[in-house]
Amino acid sequence: MLRVLLLTLSVVAIAHAELCKPDAQNAFKVRLSIKTALGDNAYAWDANEEYLFKAMVAFAMRRYSSKNTTQISNVLLCNVTDRVSFWFVVTDSSKNVTTVPGSEVEAAIRMNRNRINSAFLLSDKTLQFLKITSTLSPPVEPSTPVWLIVFGVVLCLTVAGIVFLVVTGIQQRKKKNKESTERENLEEKGEVTVTVENGIPCETLDLKAGHINGVFAADDERFTSL
Amino acid sequence: LSVLPETPKEDGRPKWDNKFQYILSCIGFAVGLGNVWRFPYLCQIHGGGAFLIPYFIALLFEGIPLLHLELALGQCLRKGSIGAWNTISPYLGGVGVGSWMVSVLVSLYYNTVLAWVMWYFINSFQEPLPWSVCPLNENRTGLNEECYKSTAVNYFWYRKTLNITADVTESGTLQWWLVLCLATCWAIVYLCTIRGIETTGKAIYVTALFPYLVLTIFLIHGLSLPGATDGLAYLFTPNMNTLKNPRVWLDAATQIFFSLSLAFGGLIAFSSYNPPKNDCEKDAVTVAIVNSMTSLYASIPVFSVLGFKATTGYWDCLDRNIISIINEFDLAEESIMRQNYTAWVSFLNSSYPEKIAGLKLKSCDLQEFLDQGVSGTGLAFIIFTQAIILMPGSQAWAILFFIMLFSLGLSSMFGNIEGVFTPLLELRIVSKSIPKELLSGIICLICFLIALCFTLGSGSYWIDIFDSYASSLPLLVIAFFEVIGVAYVYKIKRFSKDVKWMTGRKPNLYWQISWRFISPLLLLIVFVAFVTLQIQKPPSYAAWNPKYEGFPTKEEKVYPPWVLAICVLLAVLPCVFVPLVALFHLIKRTRRGKDPSFAQPEVFSCQGTSS
Repeated sequence: MLRVLLLTLSVVAIAHAELCKPDAQNAFKVRLSIKTALGDNAYAWDANEEYLFKAMVAFAMRRYSSKNTTQISNVLLCNVTDRVSFWFVVTDSSKNVTTVPGSEVEAAIRMNRNRINSAFLLSDKTLQFLKITSTLSPPVEPSTPVWLIVFGVVLCLTVAGIVFLVVTGIQQRKKKNKESTERENLEEKGEVTVTVENGIPCETLDLKAGHINGVFAADDERFTSL
Repeated sequence: LSVLPETPKEDGRPKWDNKFQYILSCIGFAVGLGNVWRFPYLCQIHGGGAFLIPYFIALLFEGIPLLHLELALGQCLRKGSIGAWNTISPYLGGVGVGSWMVSVLVSLYYNTVLAWVMWYFINSFQEPLPWSVCPLNENRTGLNEECYKSTAVNYFWYRKTLNITADVTESGTLQWWLVLCLATCWAIVYLCTIRGIETTGKAIYVTALFPYLVLTIFLIHGLSLPGATDGLAYLFTPNMNTLKNPRVWLDAATQIFFSLSLAFGGLIAFSSYNPPKNDCEKDAVTVAIVNSMTSLYASIPVFSVLGFKATTGYWDCLDRNIISIINEFDLAEESIMRQNYTAWVSFLNSSYPEKIAGLKLKSCDLQEFLDQGVSGTGLAFIIFTQAIILMPGSQAWAILFFIMLFSLGLSSMFGNIEGVFTPLLELRIVSKSIPKELLSGIICLICFLIALCFTLGSGSYWIDIFDSYASSLPLLVIAFFEVIGVAYVYKIKRFSKDVKWMTGRKPNLYWQISWRFISPLLLLIVFVAFVTLQIQKPPSYAAWNPKYEGFPTKEEKVYPPWVLAICVLLAVLPCVFVPLVALFHLIKRTRRGKDPSFAQPEVFSCQGTSS
């Protein structure tokens, strides 16, 4: 009895080894870069993480094919390296010792890539399925391009400045014209101008008819010439 | 009655609010984009610290004397370039016209460069920066091919900004976004120069001082970046052997000359608004030294950032190699670090040479990354923008950087526009009743309409042509005739007397010798060397052609004959006015000489304006 059991186990093990090896048919290589993604919070890759991986692949297969036949034991991992990279296959429990076609596995992984990534706290770049390409997300485009808004602001400020300066220039010129015409009008009417010295308007002083103060005139020679 | 102070004769000429405004305007005019993106490059390729030797010699014997000459000229004659040279001698009137012509040509294309800076500035508010990611191609299966083959930064510059054509003869269409930016730039220039120096004098406080603030911020930040010291060491390590190459001396002389914005007529215009009794000697020395110090000061943050970029590029190269190795050999992550990379590679190469050869590892050399020297628009719009993406908080750095470039360029534009505006105001062509605002508006509008040519697909090729031909050779010719004109036509004795009257002391032996012999000789040598170098090889340009086999390297193309004709026209047109005007006056005089009743025009003197 024991011998039969041992024999079946070894057959299964050999069959598994046959199914899962590098570059086997329908096998995929997976590469994780945990330290790059998480830095100090990196977890170690051990048997529990492998179990989770098998569970996620089984989950993906179940969701994709919507027949609840894939078990965790159907997912085989092999050649785990320090990198952390390994190969996996998904066996078909209904047909003995065969693997699920690669296209199905690929489609299932692609459909659930997001869930698998988040289970391991990784991204498309740090959890790589080497033969499965990821679809690129479209770039985020805001409704109005940002630069147009900034441009509008700059242009409005500039135009406002120009209008302000032009208007003040026109006002200044009008004021100057008004002043010069006023002064002309005043001079025509012969009124006194604004120059004032000691409270006496200069124009009223008739300099020609004034008197020269002898005291100051005589002292002119005493001053040293500049 | 109190004794009134001696008032200068009121001639209705606008004047500076204070001396500081004038000095700042001259400094702003001299300090421009070239101080940031040409001087550090020259330092780098000509042996680092050793380049400073020919640079300072050129400054001493070419830069400062010419600058003093122009400032003294403008201050004494109190007219713009055309009026000033007409006053010195009618035969030299062509020098003024040539200056004016060059100012017009340069104003046309310089503002388009500012339009590019503005475009980058308004795009810096976007998160993430638009030049950091490649767009997807049409069916969203991958990245855009042109972008993928070159880099995202190159793609944004050549495709999204310039939309450049593959050849100078293919004009392409007007790029509407550049037209908008150009219109805004001309509106800003109009806003600041609307009433001549009244408005530029206020604007210059911001545009001349702000770049220093930003340079200081970049200096502090740049020095803190990894790899900054490598960049600085590379820049300043002197290599005395380069001094044996005459090309180095030529580059130093031309750099000083173009950096100080001599022979544009703008400096003459600025100093013509000064009070006549002003120490122009001190001003000239101040402006020249500040300009050179700014070049040196600017090269420190530029090279820190370039060192940082080279180091990051080197690390990226190493990291890519490390990833390929650990993927190939399935080694644990972080088993190979940058420090033990070479040890690992030699070990693996000895054990598994075929595998290592199969990986096609790129050789990563820091020197090679540092050697990638670029100047001009490539430095600002490609290299620097790439470095800014790598810095944390890249939007802020990009915004600061582009505002700084814009201020630098704008303050130089003020000088250019003043060089165009002031002579026009004085020529009797323009009636006195036209308000200044209208005249400056008309100038800005005409320049904008002509500059629309530079927003075509081939616009940047044309700007290179204008930059190489219109603003290089004619300036040398005009400056040569300026020095000769003052030294031998106006006579140095008379000029020294004028300067003594203005500054209060006679110009000493250094000035006399420089003005009479050294500066004209230097200019002649530089001119001859320049022309010799230009005609040695047929003028060619590097075109960005995505269909070229060697893409992303640029394709070397030769200018077609009609473009060459335009190049020659640009270089010759300002210079040809010098002999033309002299000939015109000679013919007028010989005709007049037959009429003896004509009286000789009185000899002009500086002191005559204020006695």
